[in-house]
Amino acid sequence: MGYVINRLMQGLMVIAVMAVLVFVGVYAIGNPVDMLISPEADQAEIEATIIRMGLDKPLWEQFLGFVGGALRGDLGTSFMYNEPAVRLILARFPATLELALAAILMAVAVGIPLGVIAGLRPNGVVGRSIMTVSILGFSLPTFWVGMMFIMVFAVSLGWLPSTGRGETVEVLGVRWSFLTANGLSHLFLPALNLALFKTSLVIRLARAGTREVITQDYIKFARAKGLSETRVILVHMLKNMMIPVVTVLGLEFGSVVAFAVVTETVFAWPGIGKLLISSIVHLDRPVIVAYLMLTVLLFVTINFVVDLIYAILDPRVRRKEAA
Amino acid sequence: MTEATLATAPAHKEVSVETPAQRLVRKFVANRIALGGLAVFLAIALAAVLAPLIAPQNPYDLAGLDIMDGAIPPGGEAFSGGTYVLGTDEQGRDMLSAILYGLRISIGVGVGSTVIALAIGLAMGLFAAYSGGWRDALVMRLVDLQLGFPPILIALILLAILGRGVDKVMIALVALQWAYYARTVRGNALVERRKEYIEAARCLGLPYARIVFGHLMPNCLPPLIVVATMQVAHAIALEATLSFLGVGVPVTEPSLGMLIANGFDFMMSGRYWVSFFPGVTLLVTVVSINLVGDHLRDILNPRLQK
Repeated sequence: MGYVINRLMQGLMVIAVMAVLVFVGVYAIGNPVDMLISPEADQAEIEATIIRMGLDKPLWEQFLGFVGGALRGDLGTSFMYNEPAVRLILARFPATLELALAAILMAVAVGIPLGVIAGLRPNGVVGRSIMTVSILGFSLPTFWVGMMFIMVFAVSLGWLPSTGRGETVEVLGVRWSFLTANGLSHLFLPALNLALFKTSLVIRLARAGTREVITQDYIKFARAKGLSETRVILVHMLKNMMIPVVTVLGLEFGSVVAFAVVTETVFAWPGIGKLLISSIVHLDRPVIVAYLMLTVLLFVTINFVVDLIYAILDPRVRRKEAA
Repeated sequence: MTEATLATAPAHKEVSVETPAQRLVRKFVANRIALGGLAVFLAIALAAVLAPLIAPQNPYDLAGLDIMDGAIPPGGEAFSGGTYVLGTDEQGRDMLSAILYGLRISIGVGVGSTVIALAIGLAMGLFAAYSGGWRDALVMRLVDLQLGFPPILIALILLAILGRGVDKVMIALVALQWAYYARTVRGNALVERRKEYIEAARCLGLPYARIVFGHLMPNCLPPLIVVATMQVAHAIALEATLSFLGVGVPVTEPSLGMLIANGFDFMMSGRYWVSFFPGVTLLVTVVSINLVGDHLRDILNPRLQK
């Protein structure tokens, strides 16, 4: 229990530090009046807005107002859409979530078999080729690969659409693309694009895991029992090497969401990443702040959950923290 | 087989007089792929440095551009005579020249930010390891906090605050990278500071700065070289990504990422070359650096050394 509280406090600290940094960065550097008020406003409007937004108050008072608003889920109103920034982001989050989950699914489906093969034959031609390709996966600039996908599959071959989400179906009050054939065809290229980098990561993890597990006694024992090689690999080996893969993928989920910024821009996918970029370009500060605070919250939550699962699975972690 | 024994035999004789640097060079040269990567990168870097001399035209001298030469495919004849090897963009800008000039910015930003971040990270890491206590804890918590978030997100935050510009992108990249160096240096320095030569230096009463920079620092450098090589590739790729997203370098100083972004709209109409060739250049640059870094890591990893 002490461990849980300790972790929770650490998470809250991170959120607090980020809140201060974001506030100082967005509201204190540069002139907030220029950033927060549209350039077409006249003098009377500017003064009215300054008073309404409390920009005439001392900085610490403004900060308290910002924190108070944040706690009530109010991070300001977008200039572009004239809607609360938090609601704007939450409305676009399902699109990003769908894209990120599809990408992780693809990375696992492709990466695990390749990684296991590379791990079983680390010095063979196939194993080496897989590892070389995975270096390429790390090096390829995501946005450029996405453009090449569009060029080949959308422009030249005309097989798949390249922009937007396509048809969506409303389930539980949220619109999803993956439930319609048309939506799936729209989802395929962006998800593949976002999956590339993570596939390389999964290959490396699966390869390392396989090489480690393969030397264990229970694998030798399973083979000695006369089990077929397929069964040894699929049941005994795969189960044990999945632990680090699942952990890392859990932690990487946040980074997939962050990286979706690039893929969403290339494929005009209406998620939170595309919203962030257009907000930065149009200096829509409240949306930027809301995006950052919600992302920080997402990251802290993921880390907290992973820490908790670790502590449940591994008693040593609990004892070490207590000592 | 005989070739291999011949190659290693004289090296073994020299082992007693070989400095660590010479050993590094010998091992590096032995790997053809890594050597090839280095050769390709050096060729690219040279082309970037010499761009004003070897580029067929100055892509930013608007007077030198002819709108009649716009959107010519690779190898196409120019209206005014001559051929464009990699084609031209809408304004009649020669893509080969644009790529050569773009490389200058991409490599300059990548290498420049890495060197600055290396210096900062090195100083912070040494400071943390050598001081210990709360100073160490403070620096390392900061590092943990930063490495807990994906680099692209931190870069976007910083650029959203700072605005566009080559200098701003460099600031963002430096802010991103220093933490990796600080962590690597600290880990290494903690091991090194317990060794006898540091104790000996202390017993001699050498000043603090001389122990840290004269004795501790040189022994912490090898793993940093690997991290720095990989980071140059990361920095170049990230700069390209940020510029593509429209938050990186300004239109007046287009890097490779900017060129790719500019060609995005034309790609839909089948004019692939405006984006394709800058992309290939970016890819080759990043891969060649990664190959060198990957091999350096193998050479410098003490666990793999015999």
